[in-house]
Amino acid sequence: MSHGADTVTPVPERGTRTRAGIVTAVLVVALAAMILVSAGTGQLHIPPGEVFGSVMHRIGLDIGPVPAHANGESALWNIRFPRVAMAVVIGAALAVAGLLMQAIFGNPLAEPGVVGVSSGAALGAAATIVFGWGFLGEWTIALVAFASGLAATLVVYVMSRSGGRTEIVTLVLTGIAVNAFTGAGLALMTFLGDQQAREQIVFWQLGSLNGSRWEQLGVIVPPIVAALVVAVVLARRLDLLSLGEKSARHLGVNVELLRIVVIVVTALLVGCAVAFAGTIAFVGLVVPHLLRMLIGPAHRPLAVTSVLGGALLLVTADLIARTAVPMADLPIGMLTSLVGGPFFFWLLRRARRTSGGWA
Amino acid sequence: MSAAETRTDVPAISAEDITVTIAGRQILAGVGLTLNDGELVALIGPNGAGKSTLLAALTGDQDVSGGSILLRGRPLEQWRLRERARTRAVLLQDNAVFFPFPVRDVVEMGRAPWQRTGRETEDDAVVDEAMRVTEITHLASRRVPSLSGGERARTAFARILAQETGVLLLDEPTAALDLKHQEDVLGLAADRARAGDAVIVVLHDLNLAAAYADRILLMDAGRVVAEGAPSSVLTPERIEQVYHQAVDILPHPDDGTPVIVPRRGRPAHHAERPGTHTASPDAIPTPNESEKRP
Repeated sequence: MSHGADTVTPVPERGTRTRAGIVTAVLVVALAAMILVSAGTGQLHIPPGEVFGSVMHRIGLDIGPVPAHANGESALWNIRFPRVAMAVVIGAALAVAGLLMQAIFGNPLAEPGVVGVSSGAALGAAATIVFGWGFLGEWTIALVAFASGLAATLVVYVMSRSGGRTEIVTLVLTGIAVNAFTGAGLALMTFLGDQQAREQIVFWQLGSLNGSRWEQLGVIVPPIVAALVVAVVLARRLDLLSLGEKSARHLGVNVELLRIVVIVVTALLVGCAVAFAGTIAFVGLVVPHLLRMLIGPAHRPLAVTSVLGGALLLVTADLIARTAVPMADLPIGMLTSLVGGPFFFWLLRRARRTSGGWA
Repeated sequence: MSAAETRTDVPAISAEDITVTIAGRQILAGVGLTLNDGELVALIGPNGAGKSTLLAALTGDQDVSGGSILLRGRPLEQWRLRERARTRAVLLQDNAVFFPFPVRDVVEMGRAPWQRTGRETEDDAVVDEAMRVTEITHLASRRVPSLSGGERARTAFARILAQETGVLLLDEPTAALDLKHQEDVLGLAADRARAGDAVIVVLHDLNLAAAYADRILLMDAGRVVAEGAPSSVLTPERIEQVYHQAVDILPHPDDGTPVIVPRRGRPAHHAERPGTHTASPDAIPTPNESEKRP
């Protein structure tokens, strides 16, 4: 595509690609800046320069100042960085999970939170807490969340599709049904659990990055990175899927295999995201949608920028959650829903207007 | 062209005794068909005759309950999907695109089967040419949802052309198109056949079939009731029998191509004064335009 000087119409193509490049660059800079600011913000203030210096010295480079405060280094590496890293990883996972669901549902309103996949995964996590499962150590909760998230994804997928895509009304109604069921399950877990388990389940439902630890990151980062790589690799095939399943097959795509892989990858991303941070809704809706408006619907640039955009959104949301109310740590899931709910509503209204109905 | 590379003595498609039964109802009852390189075959017949089901069976979209379908001499199910996509292209009736891709991106999707092959380098040139001949070059950066039905159909057709296969299966490619673009699309399909490709088209418009097809398969109630050159298949008696509509068939004054005109409450003329029929304001479009094209 780069040798288009002699072709007739390379302009729009290149325009989109240039724009994707610019958006990527802006997101990288914004994310880096936001990480430095967020890590430095809290009861113990550390200027971004010192945060940067601390990271540089850790990786063996003698660049920038180290934190001036005696406890600065420890606050950064034991509390702030794991939390910021968790926000980056989970934001990326949720945004790409949303993008993948939208691709296989053929519907820009599909999102793990909306259709009940997040709460499905949360139900598994809650059961792990209440029943004290620990057959796989630290991994147990992530694995069970993945399994129940996968079950929820399959249920939604099988129930809501017809003719290769999902109508909005079917998708939303299926989401209501799945959320009702998982809500009842979570209520049951709350009822069965002891005081401590109840507090944990409530914490789950609200979603929070408070108390993130490096060990937790060790559990979720490898599967999430693997899933993100798969998403980028499959991107071009997902483009073809927007022509409908039959046309995609006539272009050489093994649609059945693609569907299965994407569903498993989606469940893996959501399961990992939910395992230690609870349900954080609408990231997968807002991020891909805004990016699609900026750089168009091609899935490869969308996947890459969604990783960055999701991370940026969640790092920012977490900073607000920690600092909006003095001495309080707001649940981040509440914040994203506060913004995402009205956004979803606006999208629904718009979709209704443009397609002349709920189709 | 692609046809030169894939041309062999083996027919592009040969189907024998295809039976399709859906929910206890027999949609196709033992249909056979051979499609050779260098010919354009039209599938015609009334609604519910089984044209689209036959085409879907030939593409592999519709499972058959009996019979065999060979693509280049090899059973359809033995083909690897990617390899099959380089051998034959399929244009479906439904050409919706779920996300707002620009037109050029959609046409480029037709190049997907050639990804990571030597022919990938031709992508830009092939896409440009496909867009030029379907007259959508000016729409390159337009998003698909903003297109008219006809523009969308031409975009889908350009994508099929960009796929550069020697076999084309087209399900009602002219359904959403105006008079000029109907002629253009079938003209392009006929060009491909003349260049050596094998083309099969489902059509509703008998005049288009008469003007462009080398061979016509007339279907009724899940069977092929007539097969052959347009002038031999399209007789007033047969059409009335299959369509339950009386027609007059007039030879076009220039080249004798059959022109089919439904009889609308008038006595039969049997081609003595062709001019009187074309005066009807809602007459079926005749292929006059195309006969004058180079």
